[in-house]
This record gives sequence, structure tokens and C-alpha cells, in this order.
Amino acid sequence: MTTVTRTAGGDAHIRTPQPRGGLGRSIRDSLVVAKRNLIRMIRIPEVVIFGLIQPIMFVVLFTYVFGGSINIPGAPAGNAQAYREFLMAGIFAQTVTFATAGAGAGIADDMHKGLIDRFRSLPMSRGAVLTGRTLADLVQTALTLVVLAVVALLIGWRAHENIAGVLSGFALLLLLGYAFSWIGALIGLSVRTPEAATSGGLIWLFPLTFISNAFVPVDGMPTFLQHVAEWNPFSATVAAARELFGNTIGGAPKSVTGAWPMEHPVLASVIWSVLIIAFFRTLAVRKYRSATA
Amino acid sequence: MPGAIYAEGLVKTFGDVRALDGVDLDVPEGTVLGMLGPNGAGKTTAVRVLTTLLQPDRGKAVVAGIDVLAHPDQVRRSIGLSGQFAAVDEYLTGRENLIMVGQLYQMSGRDAKRRAAELLERFHLGDAADRTAKTYSGGMRRRLDLAAALVVSPPVMFMDEPTTGLDPRNRQALWDVIQELVAGGTTLLLTTQYLEEADRLAHDICVVDHGKVIARGTSDQLKARTGGERVEVVVHASEHISIADEVLRGFGKGEGTIEPHIRKLTIPVTGGAKLLAEVIRELDARGVEIDDIGLRRPTLDDVFISLTGHAAEADENGGKGGGGAVGRQKKGRKGAEPGEPVAPSGAADAAEAVDAGVTTNKEA
Repeated sequence: MTTVTRTAGGDAHIRTPQPRGGLGRSIRDSLVVAKRNLIRMIRIPEVVIFGLIQPIMFVVLFTYVFGGSINIPGAPAGNAQAYREFLMAGIFAQTVTFATAGAGAGIADDMHKGLIDRFRSLPMSRGAVLTGRTLADLVQTALTLVVLAVVALLIGWRAHENIAGVLSGFALLLLLGYAFSWIGALIGLSVRTPEAATSGGLIWLFPLTFISNAFVPVDGMPTFLQHVAEWNPFSATVAAARELFGNTIGGAPKSVTGAWPMEHPVLASVIWSVLIIAFFRTLAVRKYRSATA
Repeated sequence: MPGAIYAEGLVKTFGDVRALDGVDLDVPEGTVLGMLGPNGAGKTTAVRVLTTLLQPDRGKAVVAGIDVLAHPDQVRRSIGLSGQFAAVDEYLTGRENLIMVGQLYQMSGRDAKRRAAELLERFHLGDAADRTAKTYSGGMRRRLDLAAALVVSPPVMFMDEPTTGLDPRNRQALWDVIQELVAGGTTLLLTTQYLEEADRLAHDICVVDHGKVIARGTSDQLKARTGGERVEVVVHASEHISIADEVLRGFGKGEGTIEPHIRKLTIPVTGGAKLLAEVIRELDARGVEIDDIGLRRPTLDDVFISLTGHAAEADENGGKGGGGAVGRQKKGRKGAEPGEPVAPSGAADAAEAVDAGVTTNKEA
């Protein structure tokens, strides 16, 4: 081991604590970084506020602009209340996926400012910077969902299942958001500027969230798109949330194409989210190890 | 026994660029190595390899007795890094920044808090401790960054161009801080483009260009390689140049130079201050009025020019001027550049930082 005993500034050497167990260190480091990111969110409230305005705008626009013209299978034509109930799970799900952009921009900014270099030179867990960021994003997402749910209640959305079902629905939404923030983390490590991370984190979200069951029933889509939409991981969570909120119309078929995820949306939602986390977390942590600011 | 920082045959290429082309280093414990070189010379790449941030293609590196490639996590416990850009979170307060870094060095929350308070006082940030770093001046941010690198009192420190972009007053203040550290026995590797900085802070200096160490030694040794001391005289009136020249030849140890337009004469000498006094008496006796006279020793800039054929601030890649952001973007482009960020107004600062003796060297 080291024979170096003299220390910076002539202080008595502060012994660096012995390495603690891998998991314990990993969790503690992640929480330290998460706290840092949460403090940032409090000090830059604009980010949270803009993050709220967009989904609220979507709720209002979809409900009042499209609402009257979209027919929900199993409900009377032009039934605005039926669409409101149909729509909300979709808006909730789309909102949670926007965590991608936040995580990406945040990590790209840290790279840009040299903070990732600093973290990488510290004896901390290799995944903690990214885990801390995604955990902080999870808190922000939860906060956004709460506000959005209140808005939804105000415009007439109602859940018809028991509280356990509703909470499970929100839990699945949060899990999806957490999964997507890992995609954002990988994007943030791969691009050169925070701006690129923001747009890189958003552009593909539009086709992903629109070619789905989130905003309109898939019945009206061309057959090819119906297949895409029903196998879309995003659709699984939307369908699961709808089911858990009791926002489905009784008697309407769950799936148009007979896709397995639509027949078992809750299980499919969990599987998709876990797969996304496993895949993108692995890639992102690997990328972090060799990250070059 | 290898020193606190030891490297052997480090090679790192980015595409076609050999950022490190076989670098050997050996920094004895408790000393300061100044790594001197222009932008793109490979200084930052060397620091990144030694601080575990970058894997070399080839070579060996040992820091604080620990193999960098085999046990990077152990190395990280024993080093502090202060990079080119003050790497602090600008939305956290100075105190929060230091506590966070302490906790990530695996200190307990209470130890981290206590240590943060100590460092804030020591770096004169006590009054600003609970303001966000966004409100700090450039000099304060650098001090905070340096404090963050010192949280665990690491035995080995790396500072990558610590004063780049600072105004002269803040640079001076930071030098004082660094000198204090060094007095405490820390082993330090310091990269710099400022010759004066290396001269002032480093025990040993290595000059790096194109990824290679092209010279090493103490400041005095390097200067001795370039040539000895010389007397420079500026006479008051042009008519006196020829008399002064005659006087100087009497004392000189070689060919002198004359720059008539500024009435300046230079001649190599040996004998130091005693000789200078004699020169002054003789000039006075001959009725030569003097505006300025002095004994000049070669500066590190002279050394750099004689070693590399170009001045320290000259950039082989062709004047990548502009702000730090430009350099940083280049760095991100994989395989395109060795990745030395451009110092904000580096050339101008370097020129300002060196002694006036530079100009005469080439002719001498």
C-alpha cells in the first residue's frame, strides 16, 4: 500500500474511510447525488414549472379541441366524458416520458461543466451519478403527476377503481418514467451540449407516444400501425393505467390485433419498464465509465 | 523506489493524433512537478490518465504507490483533482458543494460538514459559504474547486492549469494558496502554460510538446541549458551607444547585441551582481547616462523557444483562439482532437506573464 504520509496543507491526514460494501456505497452515493439534483430543482423552479405547463396544455387542448370528435369504442359517439376518461392515462404516460429530456439535459450539462470529471475522480460508486439523477427525476415526475391529477379531476376525469388500483396505476406510470430517464441518461452522456440532449430526448418521443393507444383508439389506424401501436412499450403502460383507474369502457375489446401486451397490460407494462431499465442502465453506466467531457 | 507519481511509456492516441507519445514521469514524494507546454501538447491527457479518467493505450502509471490501471478506485481515495474548469455545481452553495464531495469521498455526513467549514475558512470563502456558487467570482470558484480537491487532504494532487483565465490578482492569490499546500508536503503535478507559474511553484519542470517530454530538470538547470546571464543596458542618448558598447565588450564573455532604435545593448557575462556594479561604475566614469540597466537571466520562455523552436503560446494546430467552450466542444468530438481545451485568451496572458528578457534572446 501507499507509503505516502504527507498531506495537503499540513493538516493531520484525514483517513479516507475504508471502502464499504458495494451496494451500501452505491445506495448512499446515489442518494447524495439525488439530493444535490433535488436542491437544484428547488433553486431552478422554472424547470419544474415548465414541466407542468406542457401536460396541462395537452389535457386542455385534447379534451376541448379533439374531445368532441373522437369516438371511443363502446361509448356513444361524441361522448366527451368518455374521451376525457380515455385520454388521461395517455397524458399521464406521455408526461412521465418527458423525464427523458430532463435527465439527458442535466447529465449533458454536468459533462459540459466538468462535474462528471470531478465525480469520476472521486472514490464513489460508478453508477451513482446517473442513479442519483434518475431518482431526482422520479421525484419531479411524481410531483408533476400529482398536479396533473388535480387538473384532471377539475376537468371531470374520474377513477372508478379502489385506491389500491389507482395507486398501482400511478406506480406503473412512475416506473415507466424512471425507465425513460435512463434512456435520457444515455443520451446525455452521448451528446455534446445540454441543448442537443433536450431535443435528442424529445424528438423520438413524439412518434413513440402518438403511434400508440394514448390519445386516440388504435381502431382508426392502418393495420400496420395498429400492430406497432399495440406492441409499443408505451401503450402497455397506458392500457395498464386505464385498466387500474377503471377508465376502460366495459365490453370493448382490449386489443384490436390480439397483441399479447394489450391482453395483459399490467404485466406487460412491468416487463417493458424493467427491460428498458436493465438495458439502458447497463449501457449508460458503461458509457459513464469512459465518459470524456 | 518510484515517486508519488510515476509513469512509464504512456501512450494515448485519439484517431491520428498521438496525444501522449511515450511519456515518462517520476515525481518524488513531497515535490511539485510543473508540466509546461502549449495547448494540445498532451498535458491534460496526461493528467486524465494519472487521475483514472482515461485509459492509456499503453504504458504504466503508479500514483501514491498504487497501480492506476489495476486499482483505479484505490487511487481515487488518495488523489485530489482540480481541473481546468472550476468543476463546482453553481446552484449549490459553496458549503453544499464541499459537503457533497466529502460524502462522495465516503466521509460521514458529520465529518464532511466539519471539513467543509474548515476549508471554507481556509480559502477565505467563509462569508460566501451559504451563497450559491453562481454568485461567485471566477477567483472564488477556483478556490472552491481547489477546496473540493482537498477535502480528504490527499497526499497527491493534480492541478490542470489552475490559473488559466484568472486575472493577475486572482492568479497571485491562488499561487499563494498553492504554495501553502506545497509547504505542507503535498506531492503536486501542476500543468501550466504560464512559464512564470512553473518557475514560481515547481521544484522540477518537464517541458511537453506533441505528447512527448522534451526536457526536464529544475528551473535553473533548464535555464542553464539555454545560456547564462547577461547584462542589458538602455542608454539615455543614441550618441552614447558606441561608448557603452566599448565598455560592455570589456566585461563581456561573447558577442553582444545592439538594438539602436531602443538604445539597448545586451552582452553575455559571468560574475553576477558584482560585475554589474563594476559595469555601472565604468559607464558612469565614461559619462554614459543610463536609463535602465540590469542583470538578466534567461526565462523559461527562452528555454521553451530554444527547445521547441516556437514560443510557448504558439499553437501548432493554428491558433485555436476563442473561449473555453470551443475547446470543450472539440474535446467531445471523439478521435478528432487530442482534447486540450483552449485557454481563454491564453496567448495574451502568457505573453503578459513572462519577463521582458525574452525579446533579446533570439538575437543573442
